[in-house]
Amino acid sequence: MNANAENIIEVTKLVRKFGDRTVLDEISFNVHRGETVVIMGGSGCGKSTLLRHMIGSMKPTSGVVKLFGEEITMMKERELERVRLRFGMLFQSGALLASQTVGENVALPLLQHTDKSPDEIEEIVKKKLEMVGLTGFEDLKPDEISGGMKKRVGLARALALDPELLFSDEPTSGLDPIMTAVVDELTLKLTHGTHMTAVVVSHDMTSSFRIATRMIMLGHGGIVAQGTPDEIRNSPNPEVQQFIHGEADGPIPLNLSQEEHEDHQHVKPRPFVAARHRFHRKTG
Amino acid sequence: MKNYLQLNLNLLYWILIAPFTGQFFKIGPIFRQMVAIGVRATPMVALTAFSVGVTLAMQAAHSLESLGAEMYIPDLVMLTLLREMGPVLIAVIVIGRSGSAVAAELGTMKVSEEIEALEVMAINPVQYLVVPRFLAMMVMLPALTIFGNYIGILGGWAVCRFALDFNTAGYVLRALESADTWDLYSGMIKSVVFAWLIITISCNAGLTVEGGAEGVGQATTTSVVQALLAMLVMNAVLTGIFFFAA
Ligand SMILES: Nc1ncnc2c1ncn2[C@@H]1O[C@H](COP(=O)(O)OP(=O)(O)OP(=O)(O)O)[C@@H](O)[C@H]1O
Ligand SMILES: [Mg+2]
Repeated sequence: MNANAENIIEVTKLVRKFGDRTVLDEISFNVHRGETVVIMGGSGCGKSTLLRHMIGSMKPTSGVVKLFGEEITMMKERELERVRLRFGMLFQSGALLASQTVGENVALPLLQHTDKSPDEIEEIVKKKLEMVGLTGFEDLKPDEISGGMKKRVGLARALALDPELLFSDEPTSGLDPIMTAVVDELTLKLTHGTHMTAVVVSHDMTSSFRIATRMIMLGHGGIVAQGTPDEIRNSPNPEVQQFIHGEADGPIPLNLSQEEHEDHQHVKPRPFVAARHRFHRKTG
Repeated sequence: MKNYLQLNLNLLYWILIAPFTGQFFKIGPIFRQMVAIGVRATPMVALTAFSVGVTLAMQAAHSLESLGAEMYIPDLVMLTLLREMGPVLIAVIVIGRSGSAVAAELGTMKVSEEIEALEVMAINPVQYLVVPRFLAMMVMLPALTIFGNYIGILGGWAVCRFALDFNTAGYVLRALESADTWDLYSGMIKSVVFAWLIITISCNAGLTVEGGAEGVGQATTTSVVQALLAMLVMNAVLTGIFFFAA
């Protein structure tokens, strides 16, 4: 990795506690301009929480988050808004405004932050929706479209202002393999074409290996492993191997009780059948 | 409580200061809220106010007839409506209809991450969601109160005209003579203050929801209870100031 590359994100010794449970424990990493960093890890290990700290919507218990070289942890709402104009965020749930149509949702950042005319905005909205494969869905309400479609509208909205940095929380969960490929292509096109930086949370190993320039695996409140996709694929760490191959047997315990879950902070009890199923698909 | 004060300060900023820094209100959303809060409430307000007008006139007739003072029935209807029943009853209706709706709507947006999404898009939720509702409420509650007063007086007239020995002109003249402008203004001041209390309490309840659908339900109940209590206590305080202390 280029040591001189500009750090878009710097996370230093980030600690987050909920009550007396430590979900994130002294996490540090940097993201350089143009990188696509995939954050992975078991369900409930704190990926969304980590993202929330990077976009400034949660304040850390201790530690520092810098975006574009500015510390956002101590920022006032007003200053934070200025930084937020430079990045887009796709929420795990999509977080579309339920009272507005798909088109209005995508138009929202443009209406609020640009002086573009209604015609220009309509044009941009069309283009963004086309990028995520949703041409012609402008006039539907969020509750009239499927979960995967909501995700893609959320992505279109996150990209509305052509951000230099994109956060996405599981952009491909709930999408069929073809749509997953479309969204991955889009991420690749944006990161290569416009030098957008992307931080993507994902469970989907195929998709992760396709888009990542670097991967970070979370677990036990910390970083279990990080490196290029090749380094991760060849990692000697059995936890990493278990995760990327989706195996039920391995060092990551399955049927944790609530207390154990709180101690370990990394995997939710997973039904055995589901895990086996994944195993078969992977190898079959 | 800290949240509530914070919200009020924020609101003051967006209403009094922000327009001078070039961040004007958007008319569309305000208008939509005015329809939801005001226009849609008119049938219910009309029915309630009419019933109250009728009831007031009948009660007045009952008490005043025994004193031989029937001629004061219009005075009683008019003053009670303008000073107390108008502002309070219409506020009760608006709390039930819109206070709860606003709390539930904002609460649902909070738990479904919509508010957080707005913030992350650098859109201030107070500016985007609270300001239009606030302005709509500040205009529509007094407007509904004036409307309700008219209908209530009409109810009183119906009793006087059809059940008692008043003619229309007699009722109207008597009613107008009894009230001075201060009676109307005091009621209007009350309803402006109530509007402020109702909308800030319900928005605050919605924006501070935690814990899913159950939290939304609780916040809705809390907002109605708090708004009612605050409104009734404030009414007693204002009546004290307007008609007792002076
Ligand atoms: N607001 C909160 N209050 C209390 N605990 C929370 C809160 N948000 C998250 N947590 C806890 O933090 C842990 C991590 O949650 P998070 O949502 O970040 O997981 P995740 O890695 O995104 O999981 P998934 O892959 O299922 O989305 C969980 O154990 C959760 O219980
Ligand atoms: Mg998550």
